[in-house]
Amino acid sequence: MTTFTSRTSAGRRRPFSRPFSWRRAIALTLLGLAIAVSILPFYWVLRTALSTNGSLAANSANLLPADFNLGAFKRVFGLQSASEAIAEGGSGASINFWQYLWNSLLFSGITTACAVFFSSMAAYAFSRLRWKGRDAVFSLFLATMLVPPIFTALPNFLLIKNLGLLNSMLGLVLPYLFMTPFAIFFMRQFFLNMSREVEEAAMLDGAKHWRIFFQIIMPNAAAPIATLALLTFMGQWNEYFWPLLVGTSEESRVLTVGLGVFKSQSPQGAPDWSGLMAATLVSATPVLILFAIFGKRIVNSIGFNGTK
Amino acid sequence: MTTLTKQADPGLSAKAPRKSRKPGRPSDRFRGIGDLKIALFFIAPAMVGLILFYLVPTIRGIYLSFTEYSILGDPEWIETKNYERIAKDPLFWNALGVTGEYVVINIVLQTALALGLAILMHRVARSTLIRGALLMPYLMANVIAALLWFWMLDYQIGIINQIIEWTGLPRVAFFGSEQWAIPTQALINTWRHMGYTALLIFAGLQAIPSSVYEAASIDGSKAMTTFWRITLPLLRPVLVLVLVVTVIGSFQVFDTVAVTTAGGPVNATRVLQFYIYQRAFNEQDFGYGSALAVILFLILAIVAFIQMKFLRGNQSDLD
Repeated sequence: MTTFTSRTSAGRRRPFSRPFSWRRAIALTLLGLAIAVSILPFYWVLRTALSTNGSLAANSANLLPADFNLGAFKRVFGLQSASEAIAEGGSGASINFWQYLWNSLLFSGITTACAVFFSSMAAYAFSRLRWKGRDAVFSLFLATMLVPPIFTALPNFLLIKNLGLLNSMLGLVLPYLFMTPFAIFFMRQFFLNMSREVEEAAMLDGAKHWRIFFQIIMPNAAAPIATLALLTFMGQWNEYFWPLLVGTSEESRVLTVGLGVFKSQSPQGAPDWSGLMAATLVSATPVLILFAIFGKRIVNSIGFNGTK
Repeated sequence: MTTLTKQADPGLSAKAPRKSRKPGRPSDRFRGIGDLKIALFFIAPAMVGLILFYLVPTIRGIYLSFTEYSILGDPEWIETKNYERIAKDPLFWNALGVTGEYVVINIVLQTALALGLAILMHRVARSTLIRGALLMPYLMANVIAALLWFWMLDYQIGIINQIIEWTGLPRVAFFGSEQWAIPTQALINTWRHMGYTALLIFAGLQAIPSSVYEAASIDGSKAMTTFWRITLPLLRPVLVLVLVVTVIGSFQVFDTVAVTTAGGPVNATRVLQFYIYQRAFNEQDFGYGSALAVILFLILAIVAFIQMKFLRGNQSDLD
């Protein structure tokens, strides 16, 4: 009862209930402007990708694609020969797209699956189990969030190099495999709020922690686990610095790094703009698809950050 | 003595442990000392990760900062020579200055825009669709944001320069001029993070109970007064979080710089992290790179400490 009343009073306030007000109109215009600034660049990328380089310069402000064609996408997917590319105003530079895509998928997929699972295990120990030194160890994990990635990246690079794992998928994924401090923090927050009753009933039936974790805790936390997996995957997909250091060969290069290389391959003065934009768009596609499917879940996860 | 009585009276021995623990947590009856063993099993993988890729590298990084090390040989202990070199390194001071400029532009622009956006959303439109649209740039990789704007801001045929020309102003060499290079990097970052930051603040706004506003309006408080006296103070914990996240993130700018200007023109965008990268990986000077990384680490720690201390970030006025 109390929760109900407090929710309604804290919930929807509508200061602008009148049918029309100038303040509301201005507010909506500003909001619309912000949305336009956020999403219109994506249209411009698409428009450029569908143009040919030769026509871009002459029609630089035309809202529609200049000389509509799919050549840039063909170039990205490796379906166009170098001579064709140059004829369309491309630089002749190529991008080993399928290889990079596969590497990005492996890198993001493996690290997400392992880190989410191991972090959930640790979060279980930090929330559902009672043991001496628990809070101290947890603070140690939290403290690592303060260490800037570049600081650990230097020694980690040396470690991976000494292990002979440079330019290998194992070298790429290893530092992310076991946990991320954020994932542990995130899962712990949910485990803390789960009811103990089912767990206790299982205990009485003689279930061990391992079974409780797998059959009760994990299934009940499916939603937060999915959210965490989604956020981790997107973060890993967009990762640049570590893959730049460790994955420099064609066999181990991920898309973000590949894009950078593709851009710098263009000789000065005549970048392959439409090819570059096509590659950019295709690289962003997995994230865009995930966002289209799980948008609401992603948006609602933003409020979560330790601030109630 | 006590053990003896316990053994003597089985009724008491059953009660004694329950009494010594706090009541109200029935689960305690089923838990005991045994949890430590199981807990160790559950945190084992995370512990391996923590030790191998966080703790040991932290110590090793600090050690390397006192050495001369070029990967080929062994690290050679040179005491504080790296730090003395840093103090006299004009490129370091330049990097610090450039990074500082970037951080300041980001804080001001991002916080102000996000606060405005959050209030707009809170007042006129809370739909998930709008929030999603604002979040789109944040989901893109830095590299993609960088390339997209590198194209749109191109001096010759970029659409932004076309628009600038229509308004009668001269074209701007966004990435090519020393004066504009850092503000441009900051603008790209602001574009990417504006919506995300706005959503954080928006979540904070929703947590403020409307009763506070009702009381203010009954007392005849004007909109601006309410904003300065009520909204802003009650948002403080969220705003501190936003500031900490923005400052710490901005100090570590790398991706956009690496893909677009690579430190240029001249040294205009040679930010700290890019400078560390160049020293350590391009010039194989790992000792000096590590020392620079230690400095960056210290700066971040101090900034976070000051922000939490003076803005009392972890306390809410709502309680």
